[in-house]
Amino acid sequence: MGLATFKGGIHPPDKKILSANSPITETKPPKIIVIPLSQHAGAPCKPVVSIGQEVKKGEMIGEPGGFVSAPVHSSVSGKVIAIAEFQNAMGRMVNSVVIENDLKEEWTALRDSPDYLGLSVEELKEKIKAAGIVGLGGAAFPTAVKLMPPKEKPIDVVIINGAECEPYLTADYRLMIEKPKEVIEGLKILMKVLGVSKGFVGIENNKPDAVQKMQEAAKGESGIAVLALEVKYPQGAEKMLIKAVAGREVPPRGLPMDVGAVVQNVGTALAIYEAARFGKPLIERVVTVTGEGIKEPKNLMARVGTKISELIDECGGFKDGVAKVVAGGPMMGFALSSLDVPVTKGTSGILVLPEEGVMHAEDFGPCIRCGRCIDVCAMGLMPSMLSILAEKGMYEDAKAYNLFDCFECGSCAFVCPSKRPIVQLVRLAKSMVKP
Amino acid sequence: MEATKKEHELIVSVSPHVKSDETTSRIMWTVCLALLPAFLSGVYFFGLKALFITALCVLSSVIFESLYLKVVDKKSAVGDGSGFLTGLLLGMNLPASLWSFSPFTVHIPIIASFVAIVITKQLFGGLGYNVFNPALIGRAFALISWPRAMTIWMTPTASILAMDAKTTATPLGILKEEGIAKLIEVFGDKVSLYEHLLAGNRAGSIGETSVIALLIGGLFLLYKKYITWHIPVAFLGTAAVIAWVFGGKEGVLTGDPLIHLMSGGMMLGAWFMATDYVTSPSMRKAQLIFGAGCGALTMLIRLKGGFPEGVMFAILIMNCFAPLLDRGFRSKVFGAVKTAKEIKK
Repeated sequence: MGLATFKGGIHPPDKKILSANSPITETKPPKIIVIPLSQHAGAPCKPVVSIGQEVKKGEMIGEPGGFVSAPVHSSVSGKVIAIAEFQNAMGRMVNSVVIENDLKEEWTALRDSPDYLGLSVEELKEKIKAAGIVGLGGAAFPTAVKLMPPKEKPIDVVIINGAECEPYLTADYRLMIEKPKEVIEGLKILMKVLGVSKGFVGIENNKPDAVQKMQEAAKGESGIAVLALEVKYPQGAEKMLIKAVAGREVPPRGLPMDVGAVVQNVGTALAIYEAARFGKPLIERVVTVTGEGIKEPKNLMARVGTKISELIDECGGFKDGVAKVVAGGPMMGFALSSLDVPVTKGTSGILVLPEEGVMHAEDFGPCIRCGRCIDVCAMGLMPSMLSILAEKGMYEDAKAYNLFDCFECGSCAFVCPSKRPIVQLVRLAKSMVKP
Repeated sequence: MEATKKEHELIVSVSPHVKSDETTSRIMWTVCLALLPAFLSGVYFFGLKALFITALCVLSSVIFESLYLKVVDKKSAVGDGSGFLTGLLLGMNLPASLWSFSPFTVHIPIIASFVAIVITKQLFGGLGYNVFNPALIGRAFALISWPRAMTIWMTPTASILAMDAKTTATPLGILKEEGIAKLIEVFGDKVSLYEHLLAGNRAGSIGETSVIALLIGGLFLLYKKYITWHIPVAFLGTAAVIAWVFGGKEGVLTGDPLIHLMSGGMMLGAWFMATDYVTSPSMRKAQLIFGAGCGALTMLIRLKGGFPEGVMFAILIMNCFAPLLDRGFRSKVFGAVKTAKEIKK
């Protein structure tokens, strides 16, 4: 208690112990990789390779398709064998480049910069952009775009998101334990690029060793503070994190830059460091493979394009009675319909859940107006009313109840004693009316 | 590789994929459990008649609910415990004297259950949609339809087998008709009056008399976080202040709030009836107004109205305002108040 936080929120069992003590390990090199040309928020990439072409590891294979976009690179060396639509984790068909790994691990030429902090702001931005870095917390918003705020929105604080408030996930935790120095360097690069003197790292207090490691790494750095935050979901949501760390409230429907803040995830900070220092593009990321249904939960350094089924094999496979596999965390992740889909830049975890505890859609009851959802809503909404109005098709009325301020964290549905699918109903309503 | 390639039927559904283990039925059954001390104390003081009347209400409520849902072809909802709870609350709000075959009054609990479950709850849309507290409408219907039978109060006997106990007046009835001096005289002295009220050793509805048992149940619900303090504290606090200021014979500030708090249906109403999720506001601030309104109306009826007791009517009147109060006290959306000036800072 007494730690910085926000109003509302829930305390789901964190289950991080399943994978928290497993150091990040490399996966076996995948034989075939499928790299979707759209892994980020924004315009899909245009392929710049052709079938039969040899590519090196780290070579750009898709160029940005617009301002809000990020290039994609090959995560292996080998030969392009197909460019076609493949299913992604969301179940959509996405244009993808398929590469056969020649297992030579030949890197493309990378632009090394030992004095990366001596580079100009423009050079650093260019490196981040060229590396195809996107937000690794899950939303996959192109990082370079975040670093170009309009002039009328001056930025004065950069926050590294180490909250990792989703239960089960330990990818960011492991990075903070294993590479704290690099993460702090990433933060310093961000501060330089944005011209700010205040940098924060916010970490939920259920990871005291990560707080300590990061504090040690930040020792002597001017303007950087590592803060322990109250353990409460959704502490890692951008708006809640800014509130807890900087005491500022992003206005409804606004962006962090409206209050002078830029938030980047721990993994993103590391990717930024690696891009600036080594010129390394974003071709791999830490994926927590965990859950009660997997034999050996692990934190894997997985290459973008690796099939999820291979990560599961890497962790000893399923136990009996697996019912659901989720990409991301249990609160906001999405359930997979197929395991034959690739890891992308936004894949923070693979969660394998057994039959018990999985809710079936028809098992929900009427709203009994207990008010639990209202108490926990971090956005100050009335999820009960939103769900009732959406259920009755009264979408315009739902809009009047601030429908579009909901960012679907799922706290309401977690606490609902009637097990109402509130997030689903909110999404339905959002799809039926204009914002 | 092949191990995971085995046919896996994966469930796909919208997040969140984990949920708390709290359920509607667990809440309902826990509230029933919280009512148990008060119910047992009712049986202790009013005998098997109390047990029979309550059982009759519970049984009728559950049967009427099942029959209604069958007739309209809806899924049975007996398991959710809400019909059972309504029956239990209704029974605890009735006088034990209704268990009487000459004159015959056993039909009253059955009809009251019908009014509660079928008319007040199901015809308004079932669980979650009723405007009024079903048990209280059932009781109000019975009181207006059979005013005589509904106001015959047994003397607490502390003998479980007493089937033909003497009748007497409730403390609030004595207070209304004959004043506080008489009330104290009936119980010996003031301390003895308080003791009797606290224990529940006085005439009244089956489940309303034992203040200590109701407090145990109410505090249990608070501890379990099934209710919050807002409604009971606002209800009891407002009633106490009004009783103190206006309740005395010798002018303002001479009333005895304790007598009012510990008599009638005050405790049962404040902890178990006004806190009904469906018919009270959901917003915490609105709950304070709701509770205060219940307390004020109760005291208005007790001090100025024709009835000695006003808890039931007070809660039913405030039920009407629950949706309006919720609308009036909508919470601030995150970030909404920050002005452009603050953002510049």
